Amino acid sequence: MATILSMKNITKTFPGVKALDNVNLEVEQGEIHALVGENGAGKSTLMKVLSGVHPSNSYSGDIFFQGQKCEFKNINESEELGIVIIHQELALIPELSIAENVFLGNEQSTKGVINWPETIEKTRALLDKVGLAINPQTLIKHIGVGKQQLVEIAKALSKEVKLLILDEPTAALNEEDSENLLNLLVEFKNQGITSILISHKLNELMAVVDSITILRDGKTIETLSMEKDGVTEQRIIKGMVGRDMDDLYPERISPIGDTVLEIQEWNVYSPENPQHQIIHNASFSIKKGEIVGIAGLMGAGRTELAMSIFGKSYGRNISGRIFKNGQEIKIDNVNQAIEQGMAYVSEDRKKYGLILNDSVRENLTLANLNKISNHWILHKHEEVEQAESLKASMNIKTPTIEQKTVNLSGGNQQKVVLGKWIFTDPDVLILDEPTRGIDVGAKNEIYKKINDLASEGKGILMISSELPELLGMCDRIYTLAEGAISGEVNRKDADQEKLMTYMTRSRRS
Amino acid sequence: MGEVKEVFSQNIRRFGMVIALIGIAILFQILTDGILLTPLNITNIVMQNSYIIVLAIGMTLIIITGEIDLSVGSVAAFIGAISAYFMINLDMSVTVAVILSLVVGALIGAWQGFWVAFVNVPAFIVTLAGMLIFRGLTLIVLGGRTLSPFPEGFSTISSDFLPDLFGGGNLHILTLLLGGLAVVVYLFNEVKLRRDYIKYNYNIISFPLFLGKLIAISIIILIFSYVLALYAGMPNVLLILLLLIIGYSYYMNNTTTGRHIYAVGGNTHAAQLSGIKTKKVTFWVFVNMGVLSALAGLIFAGRLNAATPQAGNLFELDAIAAAVIGGASLAGGVGTVIGAVIGALIMGVLNNGMSILGIGIDWQQAIKGLVLLAAVALDMISKNKSK
Repeated sequence: MATILSMKNITKTFPGVKALDNVNLEVEQGEIHALVGENGAGKSTLMKVLSGVHPSNSYSGDIFFQGQKCEFKNINESEELGIVIIHQELALIPELSIAENVFLGNEQSTKGVINWPETIEKTRALLDKVGLAINPQTLIKHIGVGKQQLVEIAKALSKEVKLLILDEPTAALNEEDSENLLNLLVEFKNQGITSILISHKLNELMAVVDSITILRDGKTIETLSMEKDGVTEQRIIKGMVGRDMDDLYPERISPIGDTVLEIQEWNVYSPENPQHQIIHNASFSIKKGEIVGIAGLMGAGRTELAMSIFGKSYGRNISGRIFKNGQEIKIDNVNQAIEQGMAYVSEDRKKYGLILNDSVRENLTLANLNKISNHWILHKHEEVEQAESLKASMNIKTPTIEQKTVNLSGGNQQKVVLGKWIFTDPDVLILDEPTRGIDVGAKNEIYKKINDLASEGKGILMISSELPELLGMCDRIYTLAEGAISGEVNRKDADQEKLMTYMTRSRRS
Repeated sequence: MGEVKEVFSQNIRRFGMVIALIGIAILFQILTDGILLTPLNITNIVMQNSYIIVLAIGMTLIIITGEIDLSVGSVAAFIGAISAYFMINLDMSVTVAVILSLVVGALIGAWQGFWVAFVNVPAFIVTLAGMLIFRGLTLIVLGGRTLSPFPEGFSTISSDFLPDLFGGGNLHILTLLLGGLAVVVYLFNEVKLRRDYIKYNYNIISFPLFLGKLIAISIIILIFSYVLALYAGMPNVLLILLLLIIGYSYYMNNTTTGRHIYAVGGNTHAAQLSGIKTKKVTFWVFVNMGVLSALAGLIFAGRLNAATPQAGNLFELDAIAAAVIGGASLAGGVGTVIGAVIGALIMGVLNNGMSILGIGIDWQQAIKGLVLLAAVALDMISKNKSK
C-alpha cells in the first residue's frame, strides 16, 4: 500500500501554548486511520493544519498528500485536492433543504442561475451512496441528527473526496446510527476512499479501523497497526493518558437506603404537537445512595423524561405523580424542583448549562444565589469563598475563578456545571450524559465525584448513550423505548445485549 | 510601575472609555479656547444630557437582558404631553401629576413587557410599534400643538439648583459640603472594602497605589463640586442622576435580581434551568424602562417648560448609542450602568463642544455616527486580537 498522507514534524504554537510539538502522521492509501487522544491533545489542531484552517505560514513542518508537497492557505485549497473535513458541530443550515445544503458553495449552476433538476438529481444519487432514502427537498431541521451526519458525508462525496476526516462523528448518535455510519466508512474503504476518524469511543474504533495514532500533549506517542500489534482498549488508554487505567469506573461501596424519589404514571405530550405523546406511563424510583441508569436509543425520550420531571421544563399536558421520601409533592416550575432538592445537569452544557461569557464564580453560584445573599443583597466575599472551595473540591482547572467559562476545556466546563448543582445541595441529581465529549481523565474524575455524591446518600439518575458507562456505574438500569419504560435490570444481571434487547422492544408488541 | 501597568491592562476596557472622555474634553477645551470647562458650561452639559443619561441607564438593563427598546423617545414625549395635560388643562398639583405620570410610564412598560416576555413578540417589533403608537398618542393629546407654560414648581426638577442655605456669596456652600460628604463616604467605603479583601485573602493592589487612587478620586470629586459651586451650585437634576447611577450600579452588582438580569441575557435557557423566572425578569426590566422613560420625559418637558409634539425625537438612538459605547453588547449579558453614563457623557461633550464651535447639526450627526462606529469597532478589534 502506498502512503496517501504524510505530515512531518508539524509544530504549531498559539500564544503561550505549544499545541503541536513535532507531530508525525502517516496514513496509508485506502485505510481507516484513527486519531485518538485526550481533549487538548492536539487532534483538532492537527486536522485544522491539514485542512488549511491554519494557513501554511502559521506552523512549521511539511505536509505531503499523494506525494505532493502541500502548502494550503485556506480550506478551499485542501478541498480542491479532495481532503474534506466534517466537524463535530455539523455545518448544515436547518432552514435549507438537503439538496441546497449538499451543494452549498458549490451550486450546480450556469451563469449564476441554479439548475434545480440537476441539483436534485445529483443529490439523490449521493444520498443513495450513503444509504439515505429520503426526498432531497426535505428541510434539514426535519431530519434527525443521525441523518444529518449522513447528509454531511454526502456533501463531502459531492466534492470528490479522497481523504475524509471525521471529527467525533458518532458523539451525538445512538448505537444504531453509529453502526450505520461506521459500516459506511468500511464501504468507502472498499471503494478506495481513505478516512481519518477522531473519536473518544474506543470500542467503536477498534471494530473498524486499520491503524491508530495516539497523540498526547501535542506529541505523537505511537502509531499502532490493528493487525500486527494486538491492540487492546487498555493499551490505547495507556497511550492516551500515559499511565494504566485499570479502573475507569471506580469502585463504590455505599449503603443503599430508602426510596428518595418515586415517579408514577408519568405522561408527557410534545410541546409542538399536542397529539403526540412523548412519554407513556413511566414509573420508576430512586433510592438514597443509589445510582440508577436510564438507557435508551436516541429519540426514546430520555432527555424529555428528565426535563419534564425537573420543573416541567419540557412538554405540555404533563400528568403523573411525584413522591419524595414517601410524600407526594407538586413540582410546576424549576424553582420548586430546586426547592424540593432536585438538580438537573443538562446533556448540552453550552446551550443549557453554562453562561459562557460569565465567570466560573458566577456560573457556580447561579442556581442557589439565596445561599450567598440576604434579602436579595449578595455577599460577594461569601460568594468568592464558596466558589473557591467548589473549584478545589471539583478540581476545576482554571487560573482563577474569574475566568470566563467559555475559555475552559469541555471536561472543566462539565465540572463547573456539576459543581453548580452540588452547590444547591440536592437530594436527587439527574445527570443527562454527564461525560459527553470529554476526555478519559476528566471522565474518571467525574465518575469519582458521582460516586462520592451517592456515598453521601444522594440519589442519582444517570442518563447515557454509552452502555459501558451505565454498566460500570449503575446499581440498577431502566431501559426506555419509544417513551415507555421497557425494562429494569439489576447491575449483576445486566450486560449490553440484554439492555439492547429491552431498548429496542416496541411498546406496541 | 509594573503594577500600574498590570492593573491598567486588566481594566483596559473601563479605562479606555474614561480616557476617551478625558481626551475629547481636553481636545474641545483647547479648540474652544477654554469655554468647554467653564463652570457655566459644565453645568450646562450635565443639564442638557440628564434625560439621555436617565434613558441610557434603563436601556443598559434592557440591552443586558438581550432586548432593545426603540420606543423610549416617543414614550418620553407622550409622558411630557399627558403631564402637561394634567397640570395645565386639569389643574392638578405638580406632585400628583408627576406621580401619575410615572405610574403611566410603568403601565406602558408593562404593556410592552407583556408582549415581549409572555407572547414572545420580538422586542424590536413591539417597541417599533410602541414608537409609532406613543408618538401618535402624543399628537392626539396635544392636538398637534405645544402646551405651555407649566405651573410654578414643575421646572424646578430639571432647571433649578439646590437652595443656597448658607449664603456664601459667590460660592455655593451646600454644594461644597455635599462634595466633602461624598469624599468621606467614598473613603470610608474603600477602606472597608480593602479590609474585607484582606480578610478574605484577595489579590489586592499595593498600599501606595491604593492611596494614590483614593487621593486622585477625592481630588476629582472636590474639584467638580468646587466648579459647580462657582456657578449656581448643584443642579437638582444632578442629584437625581447621582442617586440613580449609584442605586442602579449597586442593584446590578450586588443583588440577586441584578444577577438574574445578567444571566437571562447571557443564556436564557441556562438561566431558566437554574430556577430563574426569565419571563418575569424580562417583564420587569421593561416596566423599569417605562418608568425611566417617563422620568426622562418629565425632565425634558420641565427643561423646555413646554410639551411639544416633536419632543424626544431620536432619544432612543442616543440612549442605545450611549449604552453600546459604554460597553453593553447587543447580544446580551454584558454591560454596566456606569459605562452607559460615560458613553452618554462622551456623546454629550461631543455635542456641546461642536455646538460651541458653531459646527452645524448636519456635521454633528455625521461625526457622532462615526464615533459610535469607531468605539464598537475598536472594541471588536481588541477582542479579536486577544483570542
